Amino acid sequence: MHLLKTLAASAALAVGFAGAAAAQDPVKVGFIYVGPVGDGGWTYEHEQGRLAVEAHFGDAVETVIQENVPEGANAEAAITRMAVSGADLIFTTSFGFMDPTIAVAEKFPDVKFEHATGYKTADNVGVYSARFYEGRAVQGTIAGHLTQSNIIGYIGSFPIPEVIRGINSAYIHAKKVNPDVQFKIIWAYTWFDPTKEADAAKALIDQGADVILQHTDSTAPQAAAQEAGGVYTFGQASDMSEYAPMPRVSSIIDNWAPYYIARTQAVIDGTWESDNTWDGIGPGMVGIGEISDAVPAEVKAEALALKDAIASGEYHPFTGPLNRQDGSAWLAEGEVADDGTLVGMDFFVEGIVGEIPN
Amino acid sequence: MELGQINPILLIASLMVASTPILLAAIGEMVVEKAGVLNLGVEGMMITGAVVGFVTAVNSTSPVLGFIAAACAGAGLSLLFALVTQYLKSTQVATGLALTLFGLGLSSLIGKPYAGMKAPPLGKMHIPGLSEIPVLGPILFQHDPMVYLSVLLVAAVWAWLKYSRSGLILRAVGENHAAAHALGYKVVRVRILAILFGGATAGLGGAYVSLVRVPQWVEGMTAGAGWIALAIVVFASWRPWRVLLGAYLFGGVSVLQLNLQAAGVAIPVEYLSMSPYLVTILVLVIISLRGNHGAPGSLGRVFHASH
Repeated sequence: MHLLKTLAASAALAVGFAGAAAAQDPVKVGFIYVGPVGDGGWTYEHEQGRLAVEAHFGDAVETVIQENVPEGANAEAAITRMAVSGADLIFTTSFGFMDPTIAVAEKFPDVKFEHATGYKTADNVGVYSARFYEGRAVQGTIAGHLTQSNIIGYIGSFPIPEVIRGINSAYIHAKKVNPDVQFKIIWAYTWFDPTKEADAAKALIDQGADVILQHTDSTAPQAAAQEAGGVYTFGQASDMSEYAPMPRVSSIIDNWAPYYIARTQAVIDGTWESDNTWDGIGPGMVGIGEISDAVPAEVKAEALALKDAIASGEYHPFTGPLNRQDGSAWLAEGEVADDGTLVGMDFFVEGIVGEIPN
Repeated sequence: MELGQINPILLIASLMVASTPILLAAIGEMVVEKAGVLNLGVEGMMITGAVVGFVTAVNSTSPVLGFIAAACAGAGLSLLFALVTQYLKSTQVATGLALTLFGLGLSSLIGKPYAGMKAPPLGKMHIPGLSEIPVLGPILFQHDPMVYLSVLLVAAVWAWLKYSRSGLILRAVGENHAAAHALGYKVVRVRILAILFGGATAGLGGAYVSLVRVPQWVEGMTAGAGWIALAIVVFASWRPWRVLLGAYLFGGVSVLQLNLQAAGVAIPVEYLSMSPYLVTILVLVIISLRGNHGAPGSLGRVFHASH
């Protein structure tokens, strides 16, 4: 009987009912990571999203990952390998995977691709990102209140719009609660290099910064701040709660799980279409980690009120009046930045010292 | 103005910390090369030391045990190099490169389950009295024990090579292994001991990265420090105190570039990032122009007792 079934199934496949048979095969979902899953930050949260997909679909889905994929030419080879190995849906989870993803997608029209934080789409390539700048507004508010030296250090990764948006948003809101605040910015030119991130944090602390914001993925700056003592930090991409309540006083948490589950479901249902998703605190893609007791209660309340206002859509972190760094007008009183400008943001707002490297 | 924001005392103190891993690795490699052996596996021994030191420190919650284990691991890996090059007479350059690749792979394998963990803190050792001296105190006497150890090691190596009989034998073996052999010295034994010493200090240097400087385990975290250590030995013309100078210079440039950025000095970051490597090339050019670079005469040559 079993043999007969097998034969029948093979016959069905042979005569072209492959579609029906494939529906019973598990859908294969691939993830390309820029760092190790144990980075405690960015890649760790994508991995949590993948685990949520596995838990949600069980045997209906099979997932594969590749960690530590460098941005650039090697990425194309890694994505290609994953597509060749039979993945139906591939998430490429770093900005620098944008062009490689588009290139591989052209060669595999039947495979669906999802690229995180980029802006290039195709029929089989969707993009998704989170409005991290909303979380940066909350961070900036807390940081502006906490700093005693009025110097806030910021470890940037690469001078790309996503990072620049974060710096601007944090600065605007720190300045709002503390007009004397000053930002010192170090570009690390890496997403993940603990040695360099630690050295950068130490250099900022040596120069008087008592709050460190980071847009790099490792917990090394947290460790440097802990060693220095009296320095506040925020978890980046992940809660980094192992450094709470000090130095880590809050965090921005990326929550990719609902999106990953929805997109996998779309592939299973055959309803997947290229999309451009950019969600923030409201839909839950950006979470604010618990604000620790090291933050005074009234500051905590103010930060949470800001978070709620952003979540409900009542307040936009880029609301005028705002000028560009050179003093020219950007947003008039009450005007709100449009997504187009934000996506391509390549300028600092007024008050930030220093140039954006080319 | 902008430069005024950089506190020179803190800058020098932090460059000493940043330079300690390469200093430890370089002083060991210098001894190896003084014995006439070129071991290009420094990077591999460092990263192995980094992972073994981290794993041991996490499991035993003792950073001191971590450093001891790291030294043993570095020496263990170098023993492989010693056996292959000294008994099987293989080419040192190729063997050293293989050792680096092997070390990188082995370390990721060992370290996999330990990614994202925290290391137990080593703590600082403020030297009583001396650490109170203005300016010099914070620069020199408020560090962790490994910083002092690295400087003491340089002094010890210098004194040993210059004043002791065994140091003289090691130098003789490195300058002319045939002559040393004819005089009855055990060339292979001396070299193996030197290689083990180099492996141990490279392991310590690696563990300093994973236990003090970062402190966590990350794949490939030594990020080329072993190669810089090799360059420093040449830069130093095989002299211990110049190794110290070279290591602080290299560490200094990398710390300085981050400090300049934080101070908002408008020098393009790319130039600052490549400056340590430009300095290396420049120094190598100057050394070779001078002609007499002071390299041990038998450096890198295979020794056959029968010849």
